[in-house]
Amino acid sequence: MEDALILGGHKFTSRFILGSGKYSLELIKAAVENAGAEILTLALRRVNDGGMANILDYIPKGITLLPNTSGARTAQEAVRIARLAREVCGSDFVKIEVIRDSKYLLPDNYETIKATEILAAEGFVVMPYMYPDLNAARDLANAGAACVMPLGAPIGSNMGLVTKEFIQILIDEIDLPVIVDAGIGSPSQACEAMEMGAAAVMANTALATSGDIPAMAEAFKLAINAGRKAYLAGLGAVTGRASASSPLTGFIGE
Amino acid sequence: MKEKQNLAAAAQDCMAYLPGMEIIESDILREVQHAADSVDFNAFTERDIKAALMRKHKTVQDFAALLSPAALPFLEEMAQQARQLTFKWFGAARSIFTPLYLANYCENYCVYCGFNCHNKINRLKLDEDGMEREMQAIAATGLREILLLTGESRSMSGVEYIASAVRLARKYFAVVGLEVYPLNSDEYAYLHECGADYVTVFQETYDVDAYAKLHLAGHKRVFPYRFYTQERALKGGMRGVAFAPLMGLSGFCRDIFACGLHAYLVQRKYPAAEISFSCPRLRPAEGNELPPEANGTDLRHLVQAVCAYRLFMPQAGITVSSREGAGVRDNLLQIVATKISAGVSTGIGTHSKQEREGDEQFEIDDNRSVDEVFNSIKKAGLQPVLTDGSYV
Repeated sequence: MEDALILGGHKFTSRFILGSGKYSLELIKAAVENAGAEILTLALRRVNDGGMANILDYIPKGITLLPNTSGARTAQEAVRIARLAREVCGSDFVKIEVIRDSKYLLPDNYETIKATEILAAEGFVVMPYMYPDLNAARDLANAGAACVMPLGAPIGSNMGLVTKEFIQILIDEIDLPVIVDAGIGSPSQACEAMEMGAAAVMANTALATSGDIPAMAEAFKLAINAGRKAYLAGLGAVTGRASASSPLTGFIGE
Repeated sequence: MKEKQNLAAAAQDCMAYLPGMEIIESDILREVQHAADSVDFNAFTERDIKAALMRKHKTVQDFAALLSPAALPFLEEMAQQARQLTFKWFGAARSIFTPLYLANYCENYCVYCGFNCHNKINRLKLDEDGMEREMQAIAATGLREILLLTGESRSMSGVEYIASAVRLARKYFAVVGLEVYPLNSDEYAYLHECGADYVTVFQETYDVDAYAKLHLAGHKRVFPYRFYTQERALKGGMRGVAFAPLMGLSGFCRDIFACGLHAYLVQRKYPAAEISFSCPRLRPAEGNELPPEANGTDLRHLVQAVCAYRLFMPQAGITVSSREGAGVRDNLLQIVATKISAGVSTGIGTHSKQEREGDEQFEIDDNRSVDEVFNSIKKAGLQPVLTDGSYV
């Protein structure tokens, strides 16, 4: 049985979305290959169209570009950046980031919902970065988002699934793919998110701050695949004690 | 010297606003001065430094400790932690920009500055044609971020003049910053509409007495108006603001501490603001008589200051200007710096080699071209970034 990730009608087999903003452009190709990634995020603010060190010149063929609206502080700014991104990157995909907090880089769910509504109506495949709040996730779904991307922990923190229980609620209640976006610091954490039923994982800092970026990309790929397989297979229940060998209800039917 | 003292005595109270200067509601100046006055930098011990280094999120008190003389033996540990934080927040990305000096007319009398109104230097202001030629020459080097500078003269380089430069700059550059004299928030709003997103204003020193002795005349003499510039810029819609004392003008520990706390409180009040620090050390300039403290800021202090900034506010950008030499800048890129200038000239009209050129503000110490800086960043395993902003 084919196990595809569907985003806005587009089918993907990889469940690893790769970031690009924190390491050398020359390493992008190797990271993408080792990650087996089909989607790469990039910040429009870093695109130097036609100039030196232009990230677009380093993207391997066949990759789906997921420009983000990094730098947007309001829905309006996110919308403008998304429109520019569509022109420059030639991709209908957009990852909405609306952040008006420079210290923790926490997303503004309210503005994100507003931007999602406008951009989804304009035909974008909208992938919103969000704080894992059930009400906001429902609003995003109603606004036309293609998925929701809750944070596991603050961006770049490598702290892992700090918001685990709330992400689980989204996975249980939202009919869209739930992609864990920020805070994932190690392959084991990525694996855990996938075991929970996350549709995909996005990582950037975990790779960028590792000793060997392409090797870490591969480690993440393996962990994400393992977590996905475990989720599909159905994990055994976790209990706090051993099962009694002489069950209390054994006498029934005797 | 006598003449200067007389001037200082005759000058207005440096804490009193002049007509036309916007007064905003803020308590940050009082908070910063109170905190800075309360710290005894000589009282910190080795134990305080170790405790500060152990703490994951440094407190204001830790920041003060890390700037004290007791922290100097721990510079290497501070640098190690700073490097980790820099890579965590910014990865390998290091931005490149260049300043463009538009005009060097100035109505201030700052005793250490090459542009000061009593210096007999070649004064010049680029007209629109001259600006555009400079911008074309700079854009041809591949740069996409520019910082526009003027001296402080509302009559010779007024807000409209700056606005015309910003509009022109938007044609050639993705990111436009301003390092011009302090303005009111409605003026910042106007320049933001024209295309500028970032504002740099250095307080020079946070010590009011020293400030009064160094800034003898002109609008710049008004300490609180300058202090609240970043807040007015943010109220005007600017994305980011930069802070710095000019190291060497006054006491090192207190000035860096006050600057860091100033930025920290502005960040708390304006959480969306992109905060950055610069770390200028006083350079020789036409006519300046370096005060004795200028020699007290050696390289160790510079490193201590920037590492303390990074540990205290990991999210802040840190810019190292061409006042520092190539060796220092290359090393700081591995530890704290997120942005450096390249292809710098502090004179007027010099990028496009115009017939008339204006004299420079100060001497620079890193004359490398954009290509040279770009390649040295790459060679160091880092990623040069030409644009890191979208004007929307």
